[in-house]
Amino acid sequence: MRNELNFLECADLYIKDELSPTERLEFERYCEENPQAAEQYHQHRILISKLRDYQIRKRLKTNMDALFNAQSSLKDNSIDDNSGIAIKSLWKKHRSTISVAASVALVAVFSTLWLSGFYNNVKESSHQYSLLKRDVNTIKRNVNAQNLAIKNINSDKTSIANGAYPARIYGATGFALTSNGFIATNYHVVKESNSVYVQNYKGDSYKAKVIYIDPAHDLAILDITDPSFENTAIVPYVLKEDDADLGQDVFTIGYPREQAVYGSGYLSSNTGFAGDTSSYQITVPVNPGNSGGPILDDKGNVIGIVSGKQTETDGAAFAIKTAYLLQSIKAIPQDSLSKELSINKRNSLSGLSRTEQIKKIQDYVYLVKVF
Amino acid sequence: MSENLSLLQKDQELVDGIAQGSSEALKIVYQTNFSLISQFVVQNSGNAEDAKDVFQEAIIILYDKINKGDFVLSSRLQTYIYSVSRFIWLKKLNSKDLLITSLYQELEDTLVFEDDIEESQTKEVQFHLMEESLSLLGEPCQSIILDFYIHNLSMQDICEKFGYTNANNAKTQKYKCLQRLKRLYFSY
Repeated sequence: MRNELNFLECADLYIKDELSPTERLEFERYCEENPQAAEQYHQHRILISKLRDYQIRKRLKTNMDALFNAQSSLKDNSIDDNSGIAIKSLWKKHRSTISVAASVALVAVFSTLWLSGFYNNVKESSHQYSLLKRDVNTIKRNVNAQNLAIKNINSDKTSIANGAYPARIYGATGFALTSNGFIATNYHVVKESNSVYVQNYKGDSYKAKVIYIDPAHDLAILDITDPSFENTAIVPYVLKEDDADLGQDVFTIGYPREQAVYGSGYLSSNTGFAGDTSSYQITVPVNPGNSGGPILDDKGNVIGIVSGKQTETDGAAFAIKTAYLLQSIKAIPQDSLSKELSINKRNSLSGLSRTEQIKKIQDYVYLVKVF
Repeated sequence: MSENLSLLQKDQELVDGIAQGSSEALKIVYQTNFSLISQFVVQNSGNAEDAKDVFQEAIIILYDKINKGDFVLSSRLQTYIYSVSRFIWLKKLNSKDLLITSLYQELEDTLVFEDDIEESQTKEVQFHLMEESLSLLGEPCQSIILDFYIHNLSMQDICEKFGYTNANNAKTQKYKCLQRLKRLYFSY
């Protein structure tokens, strides 16, 4: 061990270059003669160099950390001062330019207003304003009426709707069952109706007749009797008889206002309001006017008909299962009809993107107006 | 032209400064580069802490490259540091599956830095190995070894500092410490 100690001491001196030339030669010769010693020297050298690397790297890291800490504390202090000074100096520098620009802008605005006759038109504008207000009132009245109609879906309190407000226009949604003018909608939409009109998304309006009602399931089937109606292309969706699965993505198109509105969501329960097994609970944004609209799954099968929503629960809307609609259709005596009611069995929507599906479907979704 | 030359000269001075671990050089490099890198990192789903790590890694890579002797200042130092930092951050984003496609191509194009990063990572491993070994070595051994090999204290100084009765005892102690360090370091 003594020997090794001395050897390493020599090695240290050799590495540090503190040996005399003769000693250096002697050390080198010793290493050449003893492979074991050479190996030892080699290892020692690596260790020392790694030790140095370690030390320098450590210093670099410490320096860097110190720098970051110093800079971040410096930055915190300086930000506010700088921005304040910058704004002040900007203002001082450009004060005169800014005032000139501002006055030019003012003159330009008012002279343009005067020249274009804005001040002459103020009276006319206020006239338009009152017109608009009356429109709004009408719409508001309609919406209130629809609200009431919707609320009455699941309750028996129809007395208010019957008695107090006799002449009322309702708006709702319906969708084509066939290409020759049979339309499905809700019973609550058409009950106590004097006349029913349907309007497609292009704005063409047709007179229709209620040919079948199923008050128990809140379903009604209409037939377009208008002579101007021409058969459409084959209906792209099919009516799916089987129950749909929970969590299924669904969407609807309806007329909560004069324009078709798309809404999507998912099937949230296999039973409807108060455990009603003939309908689904769906989480789709629906509003008064959506009643009677189709609920489609992502392949484009109609799985239900929007019927109403629960007012005090968020996002709970209900849709009648398609199976009951098919029952209703079967229950219609064919010989009482003026034309054939045959349901389409081929779905031409599966595989299309949602926007493509909607484009195809919107031709078959109608705004139902009830007077 | 002369301006370019003096800029390059300044960069070379910085490179030399970093090689020697000068904190002054480091400070200048930090001031001229960090805000740009931090801006890039923060704009690409990173935060200030990430920016700091990226910058630190870039500087260490630069440092390793300089010390290995194959760093040639072919462009501005700023350009080099910024590109390396950019690459490091893109790589990190990619490993987290956050890299957007438009930047992915850039990552592919700048793979030249990959070797430098790998080498630097090897060094980093060795650094942690030594750190671990030294901490296992404990005191007073750690101080004796560092004093002798790093701070260049003589055996006589060490003998006095640690209160050994004579230089020979100190030598024996140092020898034992060194043997233990060797065992610890090479056993990994």
